[in-house]
Amino acid sequence: MSKKLVRHLIEPEDFSLEEINHLIELGKKMYASPGNYADACKGKILATLFYEPSTRTKFSFETAMLRLGGNILGFSDANTSSAAKGESIADTIRVMSAYADIAVMRHPKEGAPKLASKYSDIPIINGGDGGHQHPTQTLTDLLTISMYKESIENQTVAFCGDLKFGRTVHSLIRTLARYKIKKFVLISPEELTLPDSLKKQLMDTYSVELHEIRTIEEVIEEIDVLYMTRIQKERFFNEADYSRLKDSYIITLEKLQHAKDDMIIMHPLPRVNEISYEVDLDKRAVYFEQSKLGVYIRMALITKLLGVQHLC
Amino acid sequence: MLEVASIQKGIVLDHITSGNGLKIFNKLMLDKVDYPVVLLMNVSSKEMQRKDIIKIENRIDIDLEFLGLIDRFITVNIIEDNKVIEKKKVSVPTKVQGIFPCHNPRCITNFDNYIKPTFHLECERQLHYRCEYCEEITTYKI
Repeated sequence: MSKKLVRHLIEPEDFSLEEINHLIELGKKMYASPGNYADACKGKILATLFYEPSTRTKFSFETAMLRLGGNILGFSDANTSSAAKGESIADTIRVMSAYADIAVMRHPKEGAPKLASKYSDIPIINGGDGGHQHPTQTLTDLLTISMYKESIENQTVAFCGDLKFGRTVHSLIRTLARYKIKKFVLISPEELTLPDSLKKQLMDTYSVELHEIRTIEEVIEEIDVLYMTRIQKERFFNEADYSRLKDSYIITLEKLQHAKDDMIIMHPLPRVNEISYEVDLDKRAVYFEQSKLGVYIRMALITKLLGVQHLC
Repeated sequence: MLEVASIQKGIVLDHITSGNGLKIFNKLMLDKVDYPVVLLMNVSSKEMQRKDIIKIENRIDIDLEFLGLIDRFITVNIIEDNKVIEKKKVSVPTKVQGIFPCHNPRCITNFDNYIKPTFHLECERQLHYRCEYCEEITTYKI
């Protein structure tokens, strides 16, 4: 077991709302003046342990560390690590703890980063575990909402697409519930609804109201934040089920005709076809800016977990 | 009436719901031990009409935490020098480790042998347990 007292980010609840708000403010400062933080992590090493493919999360973490003056090492394919030889996560992380100062882990199996955190002497960041959690995407999403809306509270948020396996949705909805948002609109096919265990947790802990519907058109006029997600082929055990559900929701300019003028459309990316390319030019489409903001909130997170005090 | 001699030192599991004795006997793998063990089934009981009893001689260090999962009516009697030195009722454990697998096929505990699946009680009545790793709910069934 870990001997030192080390902070990790495995699930959004690992940070208080006060800490999250502080990260958001620091992320905004880093976005405005990144040069001020160019040496904040000089001499520190970030290990990127990616057991599953990733573009945005891996590169944004690497960019974040490089912009802070630190270095990076790691792997992006489990087949090029000792996992291919059958090494346990506990052994891998004990070894990596001696090589790096902080690590981000993505893993296809749910709970893998939590396991790693129990045996690590360095901070572990969950970079996405199966269909479970993706807390740094949540921080990115919260920074994005706070950049475009006056507050995170009091928004009508709709989640659309794969709500069953969508880890970004699972992390974000739990956190927005902590911001006292009391009602969520959930748009998904019947087969991809939010997991029952999460619904129970949301209703029991935060007394939220979950409005589950099947079409976007029913609610488009009410929405302040539309969070689109991809139907994820890699989460299906069965190709036929994927093919049947993959085109369930496609946002077009026509469907946006009745949406609020200041609604924002978010997406954790990658997009396949759930947002038509024509929507990219609409001012409500913020997903590429959202992706960019991910670098700055991850810079803020790395400095916090490494205890770079003078920034806090 | 069938009589079994009392034990000097050991454990007596009393008030087992009739029919559960053999399940507990098997779960504790008592058929493989080398110390004396007795399983009594369908014994007359004033409170329960019929009950099962298990007597284990010479050992008091057996992990009995999971008993509450199978039968919450059991009384555990610890015997030393032919006397009951401790008597306790079992309860549904709030945390269980390594007793049953996580039902989520994508949970890391089903792939990494280093760790034991660990759960926290979510609903005592329905024996719902939340996985410490993937947070999915698994319902315990005997």
